[in-house]
Amino acid sequence: MNHAILILTLLIAPLLGFAFNGLRFRSHNAYLAGSVATAASFISFLCSLALFFQLKDLPPEARHLTSRFFDWIVVGDLRVPFGFTVDQISAIMILIITGVGSLIHLFSIGYMSHDERPSKYFAYLNLFLFNMLVLVLGDNLLITFVGWEGVGLCSYLLIGFWFSDPAKAAAGMKAFVTNRIGDAGFLIGMFILFFTYGTLTYSDLLQLIPQVVESTWTGPLTLAFLFLFIGATGKSAQIPLYVWLPDAMAGPTPVSALIHAATMVTAGVYLFVRLSPALIFAPHAMEVIAWTGAATALVAATIGITQWDIKKILAYSTVSQLGYMFLAVGVGAFGAAQFHLMTHAFFKALMFLGSGSVIHAMHEEQDVRKMGGLRKYLPITHFTFVLGWLAIIGIPPFAGFFSKDEILWQAFSSPHGSKALWFVGALTAACTAFYMTRLMALTFWGKSRFGKDVHPHESPPSMTIPLMVLGLLSVIGGWVGIPHVLGAVLPGHPSNLFEGWLKPVIGHVAHHEPNVIMEWALMGVSVSLAGLGAWFAYHNYLVQPNLPKAVAAKLGPVYRAVANKYYVDEFYDRFLINPLIATSKAIWLYIDVNVIDKVTYFAGDLVSGLASFAKTVQNGKTQSYALYMALGVAIIMTFVMWRG
Amino acid sequence: MPSTETILNVGLTHYLALSAVIFSFGMIAVLMRKNVIVMLMGVELMLNAVNLSFIAFAKESGNLSGHIMVFFVMTIAAAEAGVGLALAVAIYKKFHEVNIRFFEHLRG
Amino acid sequence: MLLSLLIFLPVLFALIVAMLPEKVIRPASLLMSLLHFALSLVLFYRFNPSSAGLQLIEKTPWLPTFGVNYFVGIDGISFWLVILSTFLTPLVVLGSWTAITEKIRSFHICLFLLSSAMIGTFLALDAILFYAFFEASLIPMYFMVGVWGGARRLYATMKFFIYTMAGSLFMLVAIIALIFMTQEQLGTMSASIPDFYKLQIPFVAGDLLNTQTILFFAFALAFAIKVPMFPVHTWLPDAHVEAPTPGSVILAAVMLKMGTYGFLRFVLPIFPLAAEYWAWLFMLLGVIGIIYGALVAMVQPDIKKLVAYSSVSHMGYVMLGIFALNIYGVTGGLYQMLNHGISTGALFLLVGMLYERTHSRQIADYGGLAKVAPIYTIAFIIVTFSSIAVPLTNGFIGEFLILLGGFEANKIFGGFAVLGVILGAVYMLWAVKRIFFGAPGKLVGGGGDTGHGGHGVHAGHGHGHAAHGSHDDHSGLDLEIGAREMFVLAPLVILIFWMGLFPSDFLNWSKASLDHLVQNRTNYQLNVEE
Repeated sequence: MNHAILILTLLIAPLLGFAFNGLRFRSHNAYLAGSVATAASFISFLCSLALFFQLKDLPPEARHLTSRFFDWIVVGDLRVPFGFTVDQISAIMILIITGVGSLIHLFSIGYMSHDERPSKYFAYLNLFLFNMLVLVLGDNLLITFVGWEGVGLCSYLLIGFWFSDPAKAAAGMKAFVTNRIGDAGFLIGMFILFFTYGTLTYSDLLQLIPQVVESTWTGPLTLAFLFLFIGATGKSAQIPLYVWLPDAMAGPTPVSALIHAATMVTAGVYLFVRLSPALIFAPHAMEVIAWTGAATALVAATIGITQWDIKKILAYSTVSQLGYMFLAVGVGAFGAAQFHLMTHAFFKALMFLGSGSVIHAMHEEQDVRKMGGLRKYLPITHFTFVLGWLAIIGIPPFAGFFSKDEILWQAFSSPHGSKALWFVGALTAACTAFYMTRLMALTFWGKSRFGKDVHPHESPPSMTIPLMVLGLLSVIGGWVGIPHVLGAVLPGHPSNLFEGWLKPVIGHVAHHEPNVIMEWALMGVSVSLAGLGAWFAYHNYLVQPNLPKAVAAKLGPVYRAVANKYYVDEFYDRFLINPLIATSKAIWLYIDVNVIDKVTYFAGDLVSGLASFAKTVQNGKTQSYALYMALGVAIIMTFVMWRG
Repeated sequence: MPSTETILNVGLTHYLALSAVIFSFGMIAVLMRKNVIVMLMGVELMLNAVNLSFIAFAKESGNLSGHIMVFFVMTIAAAEAGVGLALAVAIYKKFHEVNIRFFEHLRG
Repeated sequence: MLLSLLIFLPVLFALIVAMLPEKVIRPASLLMSLLHFALSLVLFYRFNPSSAGLQLIEKTPWLPTFGVNYFVGIDGISFWLVILSTFLTPLVVLGSWTAITEKIRSFHICLFLLSSAMIGTFLALDAILFYAFFEASLIPMYFMVGVWGGARRLYATMKFFIYTMAGSLFMLVAIIALIFMTQEQLGTMSASIPDFYKLQIPFVAGDLLNTQTILFFAFALAFAIKVPMFPVHTWLPDAHVEAPTPGSVILAAVMLKMGTYGFLRFVLPIFPLAAEYWAWLFMLLGVIGIIYGALVAMVQPDIKKLVAYSSVSHMGYVMLGIFALNIYGVTGGLYQMLNHGISTGALFLLVGMLYERTHSRQIADYGGLAKVAPIYTIAFIIVTFSSIAVPLTNGFIGEFLILLGGFEANKIFGGFAVLGVILGAVYMLWAVKRIFFGAPGKLVGGGGDTGHGGHGVHAGHGHGHAAHGSHDDHSGLDLEIGAREMFVLAPLVILIFWMGLFPSDFLNWSKASLDHLVQNRTNYQLNVEE
C-alpha cells in the first residue's frame, strides 16, 4: 500500500477515535468507548507495522518515506509543509507508541470501567496518541513542535482528569506550565536554527549544518541545542524542570504508564537522537546534556529511595531513567539512548500498569506501607512485575541490562564521556536496584500490612493480558541490541541489530579502539552493583525491617532533605512563584493604579484647574460682558487703525 | 485752541463729535446703571448716536446708503426696545424691581 | 458601490430599527446583520488577492478646496478587518439577546452605527474621512458603555473617551500638517492617503525635533492609545469591565484593531525612516506590554478584568510584530489581530454568558463548573487554548510568526517576548483551574439563588434543551449554555481551528499587500486601481 495512505491512516485513526468518544462524552459505557479507542490505536499499530516492513525492504541509505499533505505556513522564506517522514528512528518510535499504546488502551478498559466519564478519558487518550504520532513523524521542527505542545495539552487534560480534586487540577496546570517553560526554550532554539540555516526541515537542516566542530559556547549550533535542551528538560523531566512529573501521577495510572513513562517524556530524547548528526558538532552542548542527564539520574534515584507512594517511586524512577538516556545522548551514544528509550518503554509501562493493577486491587490505595504480601493475591501482576524489576535493575538477559550497560560503557569509553560520568551512572544503577527492590519488598513480599476489610483480587484479563505482553517484551526486548563483546561469545553470534538499523540516521562520534577487557570488567561491576543494591534493599526491608528507620534516624537532616525531594518544590515556590505573584500584584496596584492613572488624573486636574481659573471671567454680570465687548471692539479698532 | 470759524462753521467734525459724546453717554448708562430700563435707554442712545454719524457721512459723501442703513438700525432699535421692555416687565413682575442683578444666572 | 454599501447599509439598518416595533427588533437586527455579513462575503469575488494595490475604489469630491474626497478602497490589509467586523455583528446581536434587556431599540441603533463607523475606518483612504470615521466610532461606543454598562460606567466612559480623544487630536494636527505638505510637494492640496505616501518628509536621525519624527509620534500616540499599548492602556480594563458584553466584544475584537491598523496604514508607510529609527522603542513597549499584561492579568480577581489585561498582552504581541518590520512580524501581527478578535471576543461572550446567570464575575465565586456545565467548559477551554497559542489553533500561527519576526529583528526583545508564551499559559490556566476545576464554588452547585428550581429560569432558554441533562438538579442556577449560545460560539470555535490548520486560506488574501509593505517600506506607493 502507498505509504502516504498508511501514514494518513496511522494519524487519522486515533483522531477518529477521539471524535467518536469526544462527541458522546457523557456516555458511561466504558466498554464501547474503550473498544473503539483500542481499535483505533490498534489500527495505527498495524499501519506502523506495515510501514516498518516497507522501510525494511528499502536499502539502508534510502530508508525514509515522506509524504507532505499540504503547506501549513508559508510566509517569507518560511515554508512549513504538513509533512511526515517515517525513517529508522520514527519507525521505532511509532511502533513503541502504537504498540505499547494499544496495550495501555486495552488495560484502561478494565481500569476505567467504574469511572464516571470513560468516554472522555478514551477521547483524550486517543488525542494524545495522535499528537504523539505527529511529534515523532513530523518532518520538520515545527510539526514536531505541534505534537510537542499537543502531547503537553493532552497530558494537562489527563493529569487533571479527576478535576474535582483541586490538587489534581493543580498538578495538571503545573505540568503544562513547566512544559511551557521548556517550550519557550524550544521556540528560541528553533528560531536560531531557522535564522542561521534558513530551514526547519530535518533533512535540509542536517545537510546545511556545516560539518565543523563548534568550539565556542556562543556558536549558533551550540546555542540552538542548548535552547532546544531547555525544551527537552521540560518535556522529558530533567533538572531543573523535572518537578512536574512526580505530581503528574495524579492522573489515572494507565496515563502515567503511557504518557509519563513510555512515550511523551521520551520526546526530548527522540528529538536529540533525531538531530544527533548535527549535535556531534556542538560538543559543549553535549557536555551540558551529559551532566544534566547524569545529575538528574542520580538525584531522582536518591529521592526514589525515600518515597512511600508506589506511583511516586515509579515516577522518580522514570525521571532517573530519562536521565540515563540524556547521559547517553550527551556522550554521543545515540543508538544506546534510543535503545534504552525502547526497553524503558516496555518495562516502565509494565510496572506502571502493574502498579495500576495493584492500586485497582487495593481500592485506590497507593501507599506501599499499607501493602505487603500481595504476591499471594495478585500472582500474575506479581510475576510480570518481577520481570520488569529484573529488567530495570539490569540483570542479564532482561531488556534493561543491555541498554543500560551500553550507556554505562559509552559513558566511560566515549571521547565525550569520562570516568566521573560512568561513576555517577553506576551509582545510580545501585540506587535503582535498591529502590526497586524496596518497592517489590514492600508491595509484594513480606507480610501484608493492610486492614482486614481490604480484599485484594487479581485484575480481569483485559488488564492482565497487556501485563503479560509487556512482561514478555521486558525479557526479550533487549535481545535486538546485544553488545558486540557479548554477541561474540554467545552462540550464533547475534550482532547489535538495533545499532545497525539506526546507523544511517544518527550521529557518530569517533571511538577509540574498544577495550574488550575493560568492557567486560565494567559490565561485571555494574551487574554486581545492581545485585548489591538489590540485596541490601532485600535485607533492609524483609530480613531486618527495623533497619531503614534506624538508618533514616541516623542520617537525620540528610534523610529529611531527600525525603522532601531536596526541597526543590519549596524552593521554586518561595523564590519563583510567590515573588512572581507578589510582583504582579505590586505592579498592578502600584504602576497601573498609582502611577499611570495618577499621571492621567493629574493631566485632567491640570485642565480643570486652568478651566476654573478661566471661568471666573464668566461672572454672569451682563454689564461685565458688555464691558468686555466694548474693550474688545476698542482693541480691534485700535489694531485696525494702527495697521492703517 | 481751534479758531472761532472752525467752531461756528458746522461740518462733519461737529456731527461726529456730537455722535461720540452721545454714544459715550449711552455706553456709560449701559455699563454703570443697574436699572434695566435706564440701560435700555442707554442702548437707544448708542444706536441713535450711530444713526447720527451715518447721516453725517451720507451728507458728506452725497449718497443715500447712510440713510438706508439708518432705517435698518431704527427698525432693529424698535424691535430691541420691544424685547428689552418685555424682559424688564417680566423681571418686575417676578421681583418687583427692575435691577440687572437679577440677570446674573449665567455665572460660569 | 460595494464598499459604500458596506459602510452605509448599517446606517439604513439603524433607521429601520428606529421604526420597527420593539418586539421584532432582535430578529430583524439579526437578519439585517446577517445580510450585511453576506454582502461582505461578496468581497471574496470582487477582491483580487494577487494585487497589492487598492481596489474597488470610489472617489467623490467632498471638500474640494482642501483636497478632501470621499475616497474609499480596500487592500489586503483592510480586507480581513472588514470581514471580521461584519462577521462579529450578527454574533453580537445573538449574544446580546438576553444580556441587553433595556432600551433594546437604542442599543441596536448604536450597534449598527458603530458597525458603520468601524467599517468606514478600515475602508477610508482619505485622511480626513478616516479621522471622521475613527472619531465617529467613539460615540456609539460611548453610549454603549455609558447606558448599558456596569456600576462605574460613567467613570469608565469618561476615561475611555478622553484618552482616545486626546490621542486623536494629535493625529488631526498631524493630518493637517501632511495636507499642507502635499500642497508644497505635490502642487495641489490632497488629503488622500496614497498621496501622503508620495511625500518626502525630512528626517534627521537621533534628533527629536524634526518634521518626520514629530508627525510620526503624533500618529503613533493616537494609535498607541487605541491599541492600547503600555503605558497608555489603563482605560481598557475599566472600559471592558464596565461595558456590557456586546460592547466588550466589539471593543476588543474590532475597535482595538483600528489602532494597529492605523500603524500599518499610516505610521509605517508614511514615516518609514522614523518608524525604522524608533522601532526599538515600540518593540520594547510591545514586549513590556506582553509581560506586564500577562503578569497583571494573573492576579486579577475579576474574570473580565483578566481578559482585558490579556488583551493588553495580546496587543503587545501585535505591536512587537508590526515593529519587527519584517515579513514574519507584520504577517503575524495582522494574523494576531484577527486571532485576538476571535479568541478575546469569544472569551468576553463566554464571560458574559456566565455573568448573565450568576451576576458575578469574581473568580473566587466559582469552582467546579466543569461538572455542571460541561459544554460551556469545553468551549471555554478551546478558546483558552487559542488564547494561549496552542498549535493547530489560530493563536499559535500569529504568535509564532510574531516571535519569529521579533527574534529576527532583535534577539533580546524576541527572547523576552517568548516569556509571554509561558505567562500566557499561567494566567489563563490558573483562571481555568479556579473557575472550572476543584470543589464547587459559592455560585456553583448548592449556592446561588434558591427558589428557582429546575430549568428555564432565564428567557431565551426554552429554545434548546440539548444541553440540559440531569446534572443541574442540585443547583437553583442552570449554568450550562443553551442552543442559542452554542450558535454564537460555534462559528468562533470553527474559525479557531480553521485558522490554525489552514492559515494560508486567510493569509493568501493579504500576502501581496503585506509583502509589498515590507519590501518597499522606504519607498512605499500604492497603486489605485480604478
